[in-house]
Amino acid sequence: MSESVSVRVNGKPVTVRAGATVAVAVLASGATCRTSVTGQPRSPLCGMGTCFECRVAINGEPQRRSCQVLCEANMEIEANG
Amino acid sequence: MDSVKHLRFDVAVVGAGPAGIAAALAAADSGKTVGLIDDNPAAGGQIWRGAQNVQRHSVSAVWLERLNKSAIQLVRGARVFHAADGELAAESDDSAIQISYGKLILATGARELYLPFPGWTLPNVMGAGGLQALVKSGLDIAGKRIVVAGTGPLLLAVAAYARKCGAKVVGICEQTTRPRMARFGMKMMLVPGKAAEALHFAYELRGIPHWTDCWPVAAFGNRRLESVRISRQGQTSEIECDYLACGFHLIPNVELPRMCGCQLKNGFVDVNEYQQTSVAGTYCAGEPTGIGGLELALVEGEIAGYAATNWEDRAKHLFPKRARYQTVVRILKAAFPLRPELKNLARPDTLVCRCEDVSHERLCEYTSWRAAKLHTRCGMGPCQGRVCAPAAEFLFGWQIDSVRPPLYPVRCSSLAAIPSHSVPRN
Ligand SMILES: Cc1cc2nc3c(=O)[nH]c(=O)nc-3n(C[C@H](O)[C@H](O)[C@H](O)COP(=O)(O)OP(=O)(O)OC[C@H]3O[C@@H](n4cnc5c(N)ncnc54)[C@H](O)[C@@H]3O)c2cc1C
Ligand code: FES
Repeated sequence: MSESVSVRVNGKPVTVRAGATVAVAVLASGATCRTSVTGQPRSPLCGMGTCFECRVAINGEPQRRSCQVLCEANMEIEANG
Repeated sequence: MDSVKHLRFDVAVVGAGPAGIAAALAAADSGKTVGLIDDNPAAGGQIWRGAQNVQRHSVSAVWLERLNKSAIQLVRGARVFHAADGELAAESDDSAIQISYGKLILATGARELYLPFPGWTLPNVMGAGGLQALVKSGLDIAGKRIVVAGTGPLLLAVAAYARKCGAKVVGICEQTTRPRMARFGMKMMLVPGKAAEALHFAYELRGIPHWTDCWPVAAFGNRRLESVRISRQGQTSEIECDYLACGFHLIPNVELPRMCGCQLKNGFVDVNEYQQTSVAGTYCAGEPTGIGGLELALVEGEIAGYAATNWEDRAKHLFPKRARYQTVVRILKAAFPLRPELKNLARPDTLVCRCEDVSHERLCEYTSWRAAKLHTRCGMGPCQGRVCAPAAEFLFGWQIDSVRPPLYPVRCSSLAAIPSHSVPRN
């Protein structure tokens, strides 16, 4: 198993350690995760699947909780900024 | 469309934290089929998250290795969202799962309590355990400045962990009083194994300021956290930081037990000496029965696993051990009650419900959780009130009413995993 994995966050390549979650890749890219209903930027709060603040689109599928999904090579992640 | 998988176990255990792992292993001793269901990508729960990467022979490694070598079927990445008539419905990435069982053990653990203050929704303001969970999941915090705040022993564990990962922990803000903290330290010294743990933390945290009577009053930053203002023994000051790790101790995950019909007592699942709930054949172990830490979760899990497989004498044998660790529940409760000042941190425009962006002032118009929910959509977003309901309970003294299925938002196709005889008919 390789030590690291590369994904793209809003088109920008990001490398994280193997086994890292998508939330980690988003934070490492400098982006925030979602935009709230009144337009505020949001990022992970609980890190354990409870708060839903870390939602992003993964490979085109929207509203995934990024803290519960492991990065896979070449994943396309769309975060809100 | 998703397919529905059907699984059947003599004993189904929900939650693969320490309590669930211990329960599953004890139940598997009987030779019965055991399924262990958890929504995370790997077993371990909160404390052993990412423990696959740690040194061998540690407590976590020993338990996880026993689990790997056992015949227990681990159902990972599956979230149980419905329970009725002796069946569970769960959803994973690619399928819906219907699980039937002979006996059920609920080991759903706990989550952190978050309290609203101005700026708490800014990116990089996280839970204390929340930041730790992200670091365990690969977040690099080397060189970052972190303020740890809130209440409870988790703050110490998180600060020690963050420092070990190369972060600069600027300070620990503990809202409880100094005498309470001192009494907590003394009492924990008498619990088996805890004196060594305390010394270990004291060593790991040397040089880091640990302020009591101290809490965050506001967080500032342009699109992400830049500084936090704290109140410390009546004085306020501002600290620049990259992360604020803030949690006000733990609250039990009782939503699934409630859906199973288990009675609660003072907010926790009520169990008898065999860890059996008010529902025959349904057991509960770990944090949902009382916040008591790792050792208590393990021994409660073992008792539940043996009791669920009719091995009462093995279960009984563990009663004295459980009694020794039950003192921790009382010690924690006495040490970290939330101070009333924390009710006044939210300003009128501070959001309480983060899913639907409902402010404190809008909630002030109502006198009950139910009314607030109906009129403001507070608690109606995807987290289904898991974050805001306990906060509203503390802020307004509201009773939080019963849970409604599904427990989590699920794909429409997953509803097919709900047993047809329990779907309401028109
Ligand atoms: C965020 C956090 C961090 C913590 N960090 C530490 C620490 O560093 N040191 C320490 O001593 N203690 C820590 N604790 C306390 C520690 O979790 C407890 O002391 C104890 O280990 C709890 O064990 P448990 O098995 O009862 O619960 P948990 O470890 O919480 O396990 C419960 C499991 O059940 C799963 N689950 C819940 N509901 C469902 C469902 N519906 N479907 C599927 N799966 C479900 C959860 O995802 C979780 O994996 C932490 C607690 C939290 C909440
Ligand atoms: S950070 Fe809370 S659900 Fe992902």
